Amino acid sequence: MDINAVTGLLAAAVVAGTPLLLAALGELLAEKSGIINLGVEGMMLVGAVTGFIFTIMTGNHWYGFLAAMIGGSLLAAIHAFITITLKGNQVVSGLALTIFGTGISGFLGKAYQGLTTADPVHAYAIPYLSDINGLGSVLFNHDPLVYISFLLAIIFWLILYRTRWGLSIRAAGENPAAADAVGISVSKVRYFCTIVGGMMAGLGGAYLSLVYAPSWQENMTAGRGWIAVALVIFALWNPLRAVVGSYLFGGVEAMTFGLQIAGIKVSSFFLQMLPYLLTIIVLVIVTIKMRQEAGAPNALGFAYDREER
Amino acid sequence: MIKTRIIKREYDSLAIKTAVPLLAILLALLVGGLFLYFSGYNPGETFLRMYKGAFGSSYAISETIVKAIPLMLAGLAVSLAFRMKLWNIGAEGQIYMGAFAASGVALTLGDLSSWILLPLMFIAGFAGGAVWGYIPGALRGYWQVNETITSLMLNYVAIFWVNFLVFGPWKDPASKGFPLTPRFSLNGYLTTLGDSRVHMGLIIAFIIAIVFYLILKYSRWGYEIKVIGESQNAARYAGMNVARNIILVMLISGGIAGITGMIEVSGITHRLQQDISPGYGYTAIIVAWLARLNPFAIILVAFLFGALLVGGFGVQTFGIPYSIVLMLQGSVLFFLLAGEFLIKYKIVLSRKEAN
Repeated sequence: MDINAVTGLLAAAVVAGTPLLLAALGELLAEKSGIINLGVEGMMLVGAVTGFIFTIMTGNHWYGFLAAMIGGSLLAAIHAFITITLKGNQVVSGLALTIFGTGISGFLGKAYQGLTTADPVHAYAIPYLSDINGLGSVLFNHDPLVYISFLLAIIFWLILYRTRWGLSIRAAGENPAAADAVGISVSKVRYFCTIVGGMMAGLGGAYLSLVYAPSWQENMTAGRGWIAVALVIFALWNPLRAVVGSYLFGGVEAMTFGLQIAGIKVSSFFLQMLPYLLTIIVLVIVTIKMRQEAGAPNALGFAYDREER
Repeated sequence: MIKTRIIKREYDSLAIKTAVPLLAILLALLVGGLFLYFSGYNPGETFLRMYKGAFGSSYAISETIVKAIPLMLAGLAVSLAFRMKLWNIGAEGQIYMGAFAASGVALTLGDLSSWILLPLMFIAGFAGGAVWGYIPGALRGYWQVNETITSLMLNYVAIFWVNFLVFGPWKDPASKGFPLTPRFSLNGYLTTLGDSRVHMGLIIAFIIAIVFYLILKYSRWGYEIKVIGESQNAARYAGMNVARNIILVMLISGGIAGITGMIEVSGITHRLQQDISPGYGYTAIIVAWLARLNPFAIILVAFLFGALLVGGFGVQTFGIPYSIVLMLQGSVLFFLLAGEFLIKYKIVLSRKEAN
């Protein structure tokens, strides 16, 4: 393989990894606050369809991305209400969200199948950085969302580990009773993180329908939402590791795609299994080896009930 | 000034427990109806057509039962794990692995008589699903690895595995490019009831429901499942082997999901093919929850959901997207979860002096 093919593959990995990264960052934030949301797949689909519809309606993909974020956050708000206010089961509510999101996106998108938007998202090469040999074309010659997703990963990390705000979020996820005792509103923090998580998933979905595909197809996320959930574990709840994980998983997808083009069909099924198997292996290692340092929020998945404190 | 306070109920209220699922279904229909209305469809007419599509003729009813059978079996499968608060959301993959194993037997030993072949397929189906349930079960039992994610990830692995087979080595050379295996020999067909498409799987589901009921109600093992589900620490204190029970329950849960796959290939498709389950494993989770994990209620709810699938399929011919079915399923689950709140807590109004 010559160097151009390698950088081409790596650049494709970054593009394929971007929707995963956006959604994973959102899920990571929600989980840090103690809420596991298995509805990422549904929120991504709703983001994909609303982003696509609004881009067609307005002719401007930025309105599309905005609509996708709103769409994703509305779905996340249902999950927040059920799991935080009503203390409902987070696993089942997340599943309901995925099923509901798959349904509503298919319903809304019916009339938009097979259309294309008039406002394609172009790549902008970053001056100077994109001239770096090899690395430039892999990382710095992409559409704006790719850059936004890098930046968001850094911003999320800074917020979580370098601000008081981040401390409140982590406290809500680690020890809600203690957080409550020092005056942090656990419900507010969890609502905020879950809803921002929905925005990110919506944005990730819109990346698929506006940049990656770009078109709307029913069920077009094809399990990427679940990979995003797995990526959070893979990243050990660290936003910066999520970047690495997303591009790794994106790389597998890019490779699968490459092999299909090359006409090697059979092995592609096994390649497609890899991200899922990899997730299981990582999860096992994480759980066995580093229970404490791994970073899984202690109260993840548990409703906070003041009276049971 | 009136103040509301939310307090935990001391005792379960049976009236509320029965009312909540019914109310959840009604509210979900209302939400679906509003969506249809605002999208320019006539909700009343649509629901009537769905009803007719599912119950309007003897053929319609038999189709509803055909779709209900896998939901009954898979619903029973996941309900067992849920009783121990094990989130087996891998029923979909377990169905695929059961279908794969049973098809393997049918395709290689097709000359055997039905009396030998069908039980072998049954055992293979159970084993295929059981292995797929054992993996997350063992990981959870021995090392506390979260079974939600592992069982879910294995779904994709199973689906890609079956796709590999039907697109590759097991593909019927005569299928003209379609991803299908050759048809099983007639010996591998599950007996149907009369001349309908309804097959023996229905009886199998009934038997499993009864066995579940008896085990859970009367056996020591059923008691252990109940105690472990309520508190693992209490179970350990009472000397129960929690890890072994977790693994066993996941194995049986997976095995029954595997049987679901076996009866689908043996009773309906008569071959292994792509998309052997259109998400039965996920719908089963809703079925089990709506039935509050009661085995007989699962049979009933699965029948209703079978009707929803068939009815939803029927209205497609009138231009209404099939997605409406998924929307209804999702909203039922939302309302059910919201209703759980009313089961667990009560809202008390108390008068409070304004100060």
